[in-house]
Amino acid sequence: MKNKIEISDLRVHYGDKSALNGISFDVHPNEILGIIGPAQSGKTTLLKVINRTLEFTPEATVQGSVKLDGVAIDTIGDVYELRRRIGMVLPLPVGLPLSIYDNVAFAPRTAGLRAKSELDEIVERCLQQAALWDEVKDRLDTLGTKLSGGQQQRLTIARALSHQPEILCLDEFSIAIDPVTTMRIEEVLKTLQKEMTILLVTNLVQQAKRLATRTAFFLNGDLIEIDATDVIFSDNPSNQATYDYVNGTFG
Amino acid sequence: MNTDIQVSPETMFTETEIDRQKRRIENVVRIFLLLMTSLMIIPLLLIIGYLLYKALPVLSLEFLFANPKDNMRAGGIWAPFLGTIYLVVVSLLVSAPIGVFAAVYLNEYARESWFTRITNLAVVNLAGVPSIVHALFGVGAFVLFAGLGESILAASLTLAIMTLPVIIASTTEALKAVPMSFREACWNLGATRWQTIRRIVIPNSISGILTGVILQVSRAAGETAPIMFTGAVFYKAIAEGNLFAYNITEQCMALSLHLFTISTQVPDVTEGIPYGTAVVLVGSVLLVNAAAIVLRIYVRTRKKW
Repeated sequence: MKNKIEISDLRVHYGDKSALNGISFDVHPNEILGIIGPAQSGKTTLLKVINRTLEFTPEATVQGSVKLDGVAIDTIGDVYELRRRIGMVLPLPVGLPLSIYDNVAFAPRTAGLRAKSELDEIVERCLQQAALWDEVKDRLDTLGTKLSGGQQQRLTIARALSHQPEILCLDEFSIAIDPVTTMRIEEVLKTLQKEMTILLVTNLVQQAKRLATRTAFFLNGDLIEIDATDVIFSDNPSNQATYDYVNGTFG
Repeated sequence: MNTDIQVSPETMFTETEIDRQKRRIENVVRIFLLLMTSLMIIPLLLIIGYLLYKALPVLSLEFLFANPKDNMRAGGIWAPFLGTIYLVVVSLLVSAPIGVFAAVYLNEYARESWFTRITNLAVVNLAGVPSIVHALFGVGAFVLFAGLGESILAASLTLAIMTLPVIIASTTEALKAVPMSFREACWNLGATRWQTIRRIVIPNSISGILTGVILQVSRAAGETAPIMFTGAVFYKAIAEGNLFAYNITEQCMALSLHLFTISTQVPDVTEGIPYGTAVVLVGSVLLVNAAAIVLRIYVRTRKKW
């Protein structure tokens, strides 16, 4: 089985401050990799490295290698194409100030797709995948920013799916939405796993336990442990800190 | 602390001495602030009222569309009125695009570096330079060095240099008001910076950008110093009622300079004429500002987030 992502000795600094101190691990195709760890442990930075949006942070420097399907991402000439291969969902829902339809059609359009019928088809498919279609199908021309928080987060997911990514990164997607919506999206993720690889950064360790194939525990910029989820959540993971964090006795 | 505070349902909401005192202070503060606000509005109303009262005998359409005559002692203000329109339009045609695009670069593209720091410093300082200094720069750069002579073009360029930093500053403010999260969302979708700017940033800041530009109309129209050595003349007769009566390589009259001339340099001017000129100047500026306000209200009602 070929690895989807191979990360080796990845180091990130913001100015003098180190955010990731040389981490190495692989991501397998079609797995849900849960990434857990307290704040400031480098989880979000890791996602930004993978889709190279860290380049918008001028003071950040990246060393080490990240390979996507065996190709080092910093050698990919078309960075916009790379970003479209990766769907990104951020902690706070962001409905762009466009109609619901235009929100989902945004990425295909920036990639150059104009045909109305294809756009229609993408919008419907993505909204259905994100479990939002039934609620909005009659008002696709209302503003995305007027939806409720949970709906906006599902809109964000639909948008992230609109460019048919191979990898879906979710960064604490449930932080601003209610538990019922969270459970619905978790069901969606289980379905999506058949088509893509999912990186799930989460503050809710139970969410990782419910969904993740494997789980990685980050602490202060170090990868403490990565293993099958039931090992991480068992009574004897290989590192005591993992056990303490997962069981809430941390610190 | 061992004081027993009795909280019973009966006394819970009765007013104590502290509550009364708080309410008194609240009232004093509100009245004081209202007074300060009135002090700002009253002079404005008095000025406009006085001008209108004094100008009433001469105000008419003919006053607007006739040239001054009898050595500017009588007649209308067509030549200076049209001259001011030329100066404002030409100067904004230059400064608005340059200012807006420069602000887009500074806010959306430029990284923190010595270049952007110097540019920002220049913007702030240029905005504070007195207009007479701009005038001298205009004489040197446009009239003499660029060989434009004293002309509408040279005067407009001088006004453009004067309004440019303010347009950059106001555009930057408008761009900053668009949440960073919108840009990040677009970048994550594989949009380039320019696609993000064109589809999200500009459409959601255009009202602020336009408001900033429109407010510079009043500055360009009102300034006398920058134009008096660079292209404005005391007197020039032009075809009445013809909007294209000026050529931008020639000199023109201007309302602000005309007002100065007939108030201080020409004896025995018909009494209402300076006031009428002032009313037209202030009136046009207020009209343009009102347009900016209407634009802002219109956009606020359809604010998208």
